Amino acid sequence: MHDIVLANGSVLTSAGVRKASVAVQGGSIVAIGDDLGDSTRTVDCAAKWIGPALVDLHAHLREPGQEWKEDIASGSRAAAAGGYGAVIAMPNTDPPIDAGHLARFVRDRGDDVGLVDVFSAGCISLGRRGETMSHLDDLWNAGVRVFTDDGDSVKNAALLRAAMEYIAALGGVVSQHAVDPDLSAAGFMHEGAVSSRLGMYAIPSQADDITIARDITLAEMTGAHYHVQHLSTASGVKLIRSAKERGLRVTSEVSPHHLTFDHTDVATTHSDFKVMPPLREPHDRAALVEGLLDGTIDAIATDHAPHAALEKEVPFEHAPNGILGLEWAASVAIGVAGLDQERFFDRMSIRPAAIAQLEHHGTPLEVGGDATMVVIDPSDVWVPVSTESKSRNAPYLGRQMTGRVHMTMLRGSVTHTVSS
Amino acid sequence: MKHFLTTEDLERETIEGLLDDADGFTEVLKRPIPKVPALRGKTIATMFFEPSTRTKMSFDKAAKALSADTVAFSPGTSALSKGESFKDTALTVRAMGVDLMVVRHKATGAAWRLADWLDIPIVNGGDGAHQHPTQALLDCQTIRQRFGSLDGLQIAIVGDIKHSRVARSNVFAMSTLGAEVTLVGPPTLLPVDIASWPVSTTSDLDAVIPNVDVVYLLRVQTERGGASVFPSFAEYAERFGMSNRRFAALKSDAVVLHPGPMNRGVEISHDVADDKRALILEQVSNGVATRMAVLFRLLGGERDA
Repeated sequence: MHDIVLANGSVLTSAGVRKASVAVQGGSIVAIGDDLGDSTRTVDCAAKWIGPALVDLHAHLREPGQEWKEDIASGSRAAAAGGYGAVIAMPNTDPPIDAGHLARFVRDRGDDVGLVDVFSAGCISLGRRGETMSHLDDLWNAGVRVFTDDGDSVKNAALLRAAMEYIAALGGVVSQHAVDPDLSAAGFMHEGAVSSRLGMYAIPSQADDITIARDITLAEMTGAHYHVQHLSTASGVKLIRSAKERGLRVTSEVSPHHLTFDHTDVATTHSDFKVMPPLREPHDRAALVEGLLDGTIDAIATDHAPHAALEKEVPFEHAPNGILGLEWAASVAIGVAGLDQERFFDRMSIRPAAIAQLEHHGTPLEVGGDATMVVIDPSDVWVPVSTESKSRNAPYLGRQMTGRVHMTMLRGSVTHTVSS
Repeated sequence: MKHFLTTEDLERETIEGLLDDADGFTEVLKRPIPKVPALRGKTIATMFFEPSTRTKMSFDKAAKALSADTVAFSPGTSALSKGESFKDTALTVRAMGVDLMVVRHKATGAAWRLADWLDIPIVNGGDGAHQHPTQALLDCQTIRQRFGSLDGLQIAIVGDIKHSRVARSNVFAMSTLGAEVTLVGPPTLLPVDIASWPVSTTSDLDAVIPNVDVVYLLRVQTERGGASVFPSFAEYAERFGMSNRRFAALKSDAVVLHPGPMNRGVEISHDVADDKRALILEQVSNGVATRMAVLFRLLGGERDA
């Protein structure tokens, strides 16, 4: 008798997508096939996608230090609702995650909650101050594989070069919030026709591009694996494409909001649209979708960035940067970016797990593997009205979306089922 | 008209109607008792989150000339300095029984947020570098009084266009009233991607001087957002200032406007500032009458009341 059978779905297996049922027992996949026998629970998955649970390379869970915005428990609930089995927590907490014991704390809190495997990224620089290296060996020994000063760009080229050399030797990935701090210093939104109308201090696309171009040069010099976070510009996509064509170890991610919205949404001056890098032009959005489809962009990463209502209920310029994303990234991938099943799991699970070097995540389903899976209805049309997050800075609320996570499973235990 | 937030979407008839009303209020303001009972019993709050002298006094005078009561908010002495939020401050003042709010804020869109949160008319008294629509009304009124109409007039707006709410409001109001607007300034102070604006742009002031009917000078500063935008006031004055030489090259009936406060010797020479073709004090006077027109219209007053 199986614990649960996901019946008659479209299953991503190591042999490709096939119509099948998946049987789970004791936390593992015990059978993939047509007639799997008796089960305590059977879930009809006709016309639904079944594949490995999603992996987010980029979420702000705010713990330790900013628990009024989010904590690892609420962030884990949001991640499970979004189909995730693993999340890389960004290290710009208070204190920042710049030493091993802090990274262990984050992972252990995630294990205590038990809804999603939480891995901490580690800071590149001590205290995120951009001056000297953080405790890179100590972080590595605590299991950290992704290094970033996210929230700030590593501006000092000499420090970044040294960090790339050091992290390359360890085997990790250098992940950059690529926005030039001088060109973006006074800015609140994308520099273009909308910022000119609004009279708002703005950030040109080149603030991202010159940082990406410089960093690619350093990656070539050092041989490091360089990853660009939250790509926002068409020209940035071109830089990544050309670096990949030259065979460099360069990867990139795009956020759901940069795939969904653009600077014309900022014309409302609603602070939920305030984010860094800023929402750019419609042609940038189109280039990001194209780059995601052709594989130049490896992953959708949420940049889930909770901020309390009291922080966002202010004029646009005074609001903190950030948009929630964990619960709607899968819907954006399907309904907005138009990913088919194979590319969906490639960009949402397989490649992000490979970039972050996660074991037991992001592999096509196979007998004997962990039952860490997601069930998605790609044609479910729905309107999100609530969130598991402690915050509500989500312009997706109230908008119709296509594609919805119906069930999430972590090592055989169901962490989310759709409520309606 | 529910709120008065921007000139971008105002119809020509709306602007002209307000200016016609302002003509009437200009007459009122010349009476021995310069006051009408039109808004008796109404309370108007001036919420100036950013310091201002002339605009706040002008709205206050306009409200009182309509017999409205006024309450004033200023950030330095308010609970805002005790950490009260922008939203709570607005809701608190509304709860006192206020019928209309005039808001000035250094952030773009602040007046729109209040319009979302509150159920009373909001007048934008200036939001960041975005809009300052009553300034545009008083400027258009000043020009209309001199020329009879803005139709076909050549108007140059000179200076820091990029960071000016006055420029943005005037561009749309003046062109809606039929003027042809040219924006003049150093390349660092002209906004990007403005193909949708009804204007032409240049950095050569001397080339436009002989053709213009109105020169509208903006206040400038050497630094914006922590970045250097032109080398020095002396070099700015040489290329973009209304010097005595440039004033002499204007058409004989051309006029000069400035929203104040002026940097004499930078964007305007001392002599030009005091010339009778500099309409700066007329602008200030028209500010009261045009703001009366806006307050009167929003609070439901009949035009002939």
